[in-house]
Amino acid sequence: MSVADATLSETQLAAFREQLAAEPIEYDGLAADYDAAEDTYSIETPDHQTSLGAAELSTVAGEQAAYISNWYFYTQQVTTERKHAFCRWLELADDRSVPARYDDLESGIDREWGELTITTTLAADGDRRYEIRHVNDSDADGDALTMHTDPFDARDIGTRDADGRYRPLRTAPSLDSGWIFPKLTAAEVYEAVEAFYPATIVNWHREQRGDLDIDHWRDEQDRQSGIYNLITVLPDEAVEWAAAACCDDSQCLKRREWQLSEDEPLAAEGGDCVFPCREPCSMVVAAGREWAKLEREDTQTYEFELTPSEKEQIEAIIDAVADGTVDDIREADLSEGANRYRARYLREKRFDDDGNLSGTPTHPDGHDDDSK
Amino acid sequence: MQSLVIVAHGSHLNPDSATPTHTHADTIRATGAFDEVRTGFWKEQPSLREVLRTTHGDEIYVVPLFISEGYFTERVIPRELRLEGWEPELWNSDGISADTATLVASDIDKEVHYCGPVGTHEAMTDVLVRRAESVTGDPEVGNGFGFAVVGHGTERNENSAKAIEYHTERLRDIGRFDEVKALFMDEEPEVDDVTHHFDSEDIIVVPLFIADGFHTQEDIPEDMGLTEDYRNGYDVPATVDGHRIWYGGAVGTEELTADVVLERAADAGADIGDAIARVRQRTNPATQVAGE
Repeated sequence: MSVADATLSETQLAAFREQLAAEPIEYDGLAADYDAAEDTYSIETPDHQTSLGAAELSTVAGEQAAYISNWYFYTQQVTTERKHAFCRWLELADDRSVPARYDDLESGIDREWGELTITTTLAADGDRRYEIRHVNDSDADGDALTMHTDPFDARDIGTRDADGRYRPLRTAPSLDSGWIFPKLTAAEVYEAVEAFYPATIVNWHREQRGDLDIDHWRDEQDRQSGIYNLITVLPDEAVEWAAAACCDDSQCLKRREWQLSEDEPLAAEGGDCVFPCREPCSMVVAAGREWAKLEREDTQTYEFELTPSEKEQIEAIIDAVADGTVDDIREADLSEGANRYRARYLREKRFDDDGNLSGTPTHPDGHDDDSK
Repeated sequence: MQSLVIVAHGSHLNPDSATPTHTHADTIRATGAFDEVRTGFWKEQPSLREVLRTTHGDEIYVVPLFISEGYFTERVIPRELRLEGWEPELWNSDGISADTATLVASDIDKEVHYCGPVGTHEAMTDVLVRRAESVTGDPEVGNGFGFAVVGHGTERNENSAKAIEYHTERLRDIGRFDEVKALFMDEEPEVDDVTHHFDSEDIIVVPLFIADGFHTQEDIPEDMGLTEDYRNGYDVPATVDGHRIWYGGAVGTEELTADVVLERAADAGADIGDAIARVRQRTNPATQVAGE
């Protein structure tokens, strides 16, 4: 539907009259007023100014109708401030005038939210319709994707990755693809995004309003109890490593805004996603607890016999595990250090019967080795 | 506008941990009794820290999907939700009688009604009975059957055993089952020796747990001798020492648990109309067809 074709339904006109009977309207380029003495409506949009008798109101069409249906959608149908802000963001409402938007909405306006592509289009009455699909399916034929209509299905889609493994962190960049929500209302698109990426809209909205509350690492430490008290002893430099390990975009899409403290920024990349991360999550805290235990150990000097290639191979294996590329290494590609045959060969050659690298005991002083 | 917030533990490792929470939220959502139903987790998203800010309501009811009063309901949840002025004494509970406390949550600067856990509500006894019916496939089950309510034990929380004893006593008072006993995983009387504790040939065993996981799917079936290896599964009923064991798994996965969540919110003042009756009908296998 283009701006030229815009008309108004009886419901929209009734709401418009009712609102003007109470007070004038000013919204998004539309200014309207009702003169009870004259029983006339004055409607002003950037390029047009009209004055209509009550009986003529239903003839409003084109650009002015577009402004009125836009007012109706955003004030009568999308009723909470947060949903309002999100829907406006989805159609770039702050950057474009109503007519320009209506023209663009005819073919659809795409925005990305994490791994979601959300497309807003206009229904005939100016109501919005939303489609959600995985960013990797942007060019896919919609019919080839599994169709969903219930926004809460998003919860199940987001529970496991493409390999069927559980995703404990819903904001990890491992959302499975192959599905589509072809036609959602404003209320439904909000619920679906909330199910895919819980609490991201509200935190984004708080940030937009300039009142995002950030709890930094030290705040998080101070709040812990029980077994998580242990994170209070995690050294500061380990927090830096933890943030780089866990909060990088390759692991979690949220843009990390928390630091060591308000005055002590972390050097690790925080990412550039649209939605923020306002405090260390339970995964980071649980990981921090493990690292706090491990960091209590003192370093020790070991002597290992390795060829230069073997040293590099160990580094390649750590990289492959850390980058999640183990499954990408082809079975017969022995040029890769993390190739399974290469790793098995190294183990045969360099581990003794107790699994010690180069036959070097972990605790040379005879200390009980719990790790094996 | 009324909002219901169900808070639960969740898990970093087990995708089934949150399943009952979501299922009960869906059941309650379908009744339309609340304008919105939100879920929040200690280990999943949205976190307990951020769940209240996802709500839109003026009247907010928070119901912990936990079995007993203790560390989580008294300390972790109120702290994470930022309930100002919270102290466990506000529940004025003897360990199983927490009802509700109304406090301002500083995260949203609104009052919320913080309810006691589902596990200690009297309606949970009905859910245990419903599980007995569903695991045996007999809506009249009782006569000739023993019923074991299984709990973790007191190792970490003495109220955990109180909740088990409470429902055991109530089941006994109903008089429907020949014998009702409380058994524990880590203290006497132990679930390992379930057949020693019953004369009845048929024994229904239901853990008073919220979600299925390591304990209910691996430990308890193996400990009772239902199977050598949980990965191979087990029969229902399975024969052990000449007894037929009808093992029901975590009671919290029973659909009727949604009713207990509603009861908690209603006790705290939520206006839920006939939602309780509708959930009872909807989740009852005997009336499900009519209910649909």
